[in-house]
Amino acid sequence: MSYQGKKNIPRITSDRLIIKGGKIVNDDQSFYADIYIEDGIIKQIGENLIVPGGVKTIDAYGHLVIPGGIDVNTCLHMSYLGMTPADGFYHGTKAALAGGTTMIIDHVLPEPGTSLLVAYDQWRELADSKSCCDYSLHVDITRWHESLTEELEALIKDKGVNSFLVFMAYKDKYQCTDSQMYEIFGIIRDLGAIAQVHAENGDIIEEEQKRLLESGITGPEGHVLSRPEEVETEAVYRAITIAKQANCPLYVTKVMSKGAADIIAQAKRKGMVVYGEPISASLGTDGSHYWSKNWAKAAAFVTSPPLSQDTTTPDYLNSLLSCGDLQVTGSAHCTFSTAQKAVGKDNFTLIPEGTNGIEERMSIIWDRSVTTGKMDENEFVAVTSTNAAKIFNLYPRKGRIAVGSDADLVIWNPKETKIISAKTHNLAIEYNIFEGMECLGAPVVVMSQGKIILEDGKLHVTEGSGRFIPRKTFPDFVYKRIKARNRMADIRGVPRGLYDGPVHDVTTATKAVASTPSCRGSSCPGKAQMAPLRNLHQSGFTLSGNQMDDHIPRRTTQRIVAPPGGRSNITSLS
Amino acid sequence: MSSTQDAPSFFKNMGSGSPKPRQKFCGMFCPVEGSTDNKTLDFGSLTGGRGGDVAGARNTNRVIAQQRDISTLDRGRKVEIRSGSGKEALQNLNDQSDRMLIKGGRIVNDDQSFCADIYMEDGVIKQIGENLIVPGGVRTIDAHGRMVLPGGIDVHTRFQMPDRGMTAADDFYQGTRAALAGGTTMIVDHVVPEPGMSLLTAFEQWREWADSKSCCDYSLHVDVTEWHKGVQEEMEALVKDHGVNSFLVYMAYKDVFQLSDSQIYEVLSVIRDLGAVAQVHAENGDIIAEEQRRILDLGITGPEGHVLSRPEEVEAEAVNRSVTIANQTNCPLYITKVMSKSAADIIALARKKGSVVYGEPISASLGTDGSHYWSKNWAKAAAFVTSPPLSPDPTTPDYLNSLLSCGDLQVTGSAHCTFNTAQRAVGKDCFTLIPEGTNGTEERLSLVWDKAVVTGKMDENQFVAVTSTNAAKIFNLYPRKGRIAVGSDADLVIWDPDCVKTISAKNHNLAVEYNIFEGTEVRGAPLVVISQGKMVLEEGTLHTVEGTGRYIPRKPFPDYVYKRIKARSRLAELRGVPRGLYDGPVCEVSGTPKTMTPASSTKTSPAKQQSGQSLRNLHQSGFSLSGAQVDDNIPRRTTQRIVAPPGGRANITNLG
Repeated sequence: MSYQGKKNIPRITSDRLIIKGGKIVNDDQSFYADIYIEDGIIKQIGENLIVPGGVKTIDAYGHLVIPGGIDVNTCLHMSYLGMTPADGFYHGTKAALAGGTTMIIDHVLPEPGTSLLVAYDQWRELADSKSCCDYSLHVDITRWHESLTEELEALIKDKGVNSFLVFMAYKDKYQCTDSQMYEIFGIIRDLGAIAQVHAENGDIIEEEQKRLLESGITGPEGHVLSRPEEVETEAVYRAITIAKQANCPLYVTKVMSKGAADIIAQAKRKGMVVYGEPISASLGTDGSHYWSKNWAKAAAFVTSPPLSQDTTTPDYLNSLLSCGDLQVTGSAHCTFSTAQKAVGKDNFTLIPEGTNGIEERMSIIWDRSVTTGKMDENEFVAVTSTNAAKIFNLYPRKGRIAVGSDADLVIWNPKETKIISAKTHNLAIEYNIFEGMECLGAPVVVMSQGKIILEDGKLHVTEGSGRFIPRKTFPDFVYKRIKARNRMADIRGVPRGLYDGPVHDVTTATKAVASTPSCRGSSCPGKAQMAPLRNLHQSGFTLSGNQMDDHIPRRTTQRIVAPPGGRSNITSLS
Repeated sequence: MSSTQDAPSFFKNMGSGSPKPRQKFCGMFCPVEGSTDNKTLDFGSLTGGRGGDVAGARNTNRVIAQQRDISTLDRGRKVEIRSGSGKEALQNLNDQSDRMLIKGGRIVNDDQSFCADIYMEDGVIKQIGENLIVPGGVRTIDAHGRMVLPGGIDVHTRFQMPDRGMTAADDFYQGTRAALAGGTTMIVDHVVPEPGMSLLTAFEQWREWADSKSCCDYSLHVDVTEWHKGVQEEMEALVKDHGVNSFLVYMAYKDVFQLSDSQIYEVLSVIRDLGAVAQVHAENGDIIAEEQRRILDLGITGPEGHVLSRPEEVEAEAVNRSVTIANQTNCPLYITKVMSKSAADIIALARKKGSVVYGEPISASLGTDGSHYWSKNWAKAAAFVTSPPLSPDPTTPDYLNSLLSCGDLQVTGSAHCTFNTAQRAVGKDCFTLIPEGTNGTEERLSLVWDKAVVTGKMDENQFVAVTSTNAAKIFNLYPRKGRIAVGSDADLVIWDPDCVKTISAKNHNLAVEYNIFEGTEVRGAPLVVISQGKMVLEEGTLHTVEGTGRYIPRKPFPDYVYKRIKARSRLAELRGVPRGLYDGPVCEVSGTPKTMTPASSTKTSPAKQQSGQSLRNLHQSGFSLSGAQVDDNIPRRTTQRIVAPPGGRANITNLG
């Protein structure tokens, strides 16, 4: 690294940078070129660039230059029983930058019953003052009622949020019913946002927890025993079914098991617009540690859905990630210190949930997928940043190295080896679930907003320098297909003559009335709405069938219309 | 026929083992080329020419002879029924002809077929074998080598089901009569208590109706339409004192019958402990309710709305969910009405993974498809309304028949629940009000024979398995029902595999004025039906007596189902990890009860008291005595005493 020309140029110009000799890796291709950056934006890409004098030059020979990672799932301020995670926005984003991630999307988790907007403002305030890298926010819907529709609209239109998470687990706390999910998905689709689900069957989990506690199992192994893989798989399946019905794009957070990943892959094959997000923990380690004799260690792994006990799971998920069946990676970083976890030392259901992974994400994927030959460097960029940027409508500002994109770059050394350990990580917590894991591949230089953050192994972060990145609705990557289907999905009824046969009298016992109408009170919109069916271009039905006066009740025996060409309203089967 | 000649010799005998060569007949709706040609034999083409292979020609001739024998020439010889005459008759004057002998039949059970005579007395099979020694003057049926099958068991009927003050058109008399006419000698009906009504009251009500009207033996499933503690006690009473061993829960009919996942979990746990079989009506009621609303808002009010609001995925999703819950509770599961390919696939997959789950396709899903919902004739379209709906995919019946043949699906029912057109017309302006249910109890056996046996998907033994034996095993009626053996009930069917019949509302034995299989041509029909040792159908005439049907109680813990469940219960004991006490710092929690975790908020954690004691199995744990102590249940401050067991601390707080 050297300054060209005069060495007395003021520090201010260090906003201008040129990266020389690196191999630029995007999700579609790799090529050799220099990158010139000014004011946090990529200004030029090419060879022999003409740049102002006195620009700082970074030498990237032999290394890859990749778009900075986007961590789509963090919970840096998810309070639990009044405790906040050990790594807040400052420590969390610092660790993210150290690992080559230059943007995070955090989850806003409002207390059930409180306003989404208030919670959103609270998160904004915290993150604005503490975050070291750019961030955006998902909003979790913890308790649904009709009046939230307006808040969703406000968040989407004025606040730059385009993704909402619903919980299928945490019964009586956050859990949504299927009806509510259907309703929410319908609204989300109309607003052009993305529906995220935490997929686990909360009903079954609660029953299992009860059973396990009764049988005297109170340690962290109870956590995984009460949340078997099938329960996750079942919920993913259900979420997909509901999303299919509502024609809403679906994003499944935290894919932790083979079964769940398979269901997502299968749904994609059937044409569903569904995305799956495995996380650092599920890609890097497995759930065998829940049986550790060391309580603190076992508790450190507690997250939901839990890590699978099947030790071949990480490998399998990496494979699916490589072939495109899963698309995005997050970290679901949410760390509580051992003292905080110990709240549940006598009852596993009280252990605060969450694992680390924000810092290790990129290295783990490189090590597990790229060095093993499952994916290439372009695919690596796709799953760590580009796909996320496309899905959440940040593309091409983020997730791509192109002129005009943000200067969030990582110079990646595929040959560097690092051993993950709680001793060396940048987090506030005293353990690391990947303790002792050796990873090939690490960032050498990390650049965020055009500033060098990591260089020579040293981190230079500034608290509060992170900007909120608003996201627009109707991301093309997701909604092009949804829109086309919406147009196609017009259902049409069959134009029929009036049924003029006898009708059985129904004793109006209100209780026994058929399912739905009973809960809606309103009577069946039957005849009154026959009008939309009178499309004469589509129906081969003659004018003489339905008449304008059809809605006036009449006795069936009074008049029997015989349309030309025979009766179409026959009662008997012949 | 030319393939007969080219085929290797073992194929040439195919026509001799089963009564006719396996040909594909698909009924009138299937435009298979040449399928109609085969129905009239072209004798000229068969006898002439083909001199090459002598054995082949002989074989073909024999088959022709057999077919001619049955179909056209000697209709009278089909079966001969002789009553005792003269002196012999006098001996048996007060006999009521309860004694009967079937001579020369080929007995077909689910495991094998063999030729033997059957002698029955007092409604029970007394002897099976050749050259039986029987009292003189016994009524004799000469079966002429025809198949004798155990009478069919229709595992799913809803005769006389009340719906908003209407009652299904076919009551227990009409329904069981039709069942007998079709070769079904036992039905298992569903008791549907209105929510709020006691299960026992409803059960008694159904008993009363059936006892007075049923013409064949019957048993009852009980539907659990709501869930609370009282229901559990009633279920216990039903299992212990009333011979019920199966309960159905609904995942559909929101706000009426639907139970939540938690409730289903609890019901299934109770069912497992009682040793019964859990049945589910698998459809996601929440989604359906939303879809119905949407479709009505679009102005679609006809029967096509019914199938549009209940897409296939919604059924498959619920099947998947119920299998998951059943796996968690280790409860045997029985899916009623498998109507779609995807639902059947999920069941097959779950079985492959080892779940104890059974699937029941019904006559309607095996015999027809859902394209008729779009019929311009409202009455016809409405006649097909049932839940889950028939799949609009026309390849579904064939697919379900294949799965039935290979054993992925095990049982067939009819879900017979018919409402006449006037009753259906209650929903003429709103499809959600159309009473649901299709016919099928009479057609079931013939349909399965035609679609699965005639096409070569299954053999006659598998046919017996899916129409009676499997049902009898699952619901603990075996070997009293579902098998031809000494000591079994004399519920028998003499089956004519070649009788071609066209199903029509004009000649069926039901009270309703339509038949969803209208015009379907089926091969195979019962010639003689014997129920409780009495001839019920002979020569096309029915002799049913109202109220002769007996209630057949069923015992809990059917071996066929519960052997595996029991073994798994023994294995499934979960054990915790014996650990030292955590003695590190614990974060203070502001105890706001609102933010407590769901599960623990309702009950206090049984933590210490149980963990210390139940885990102290020294044979299993490698943990030393000095860890947990008997006095662990006395609360103490973590800082008071720190135990350092020999061999190092097992309760370290940091990860080293």
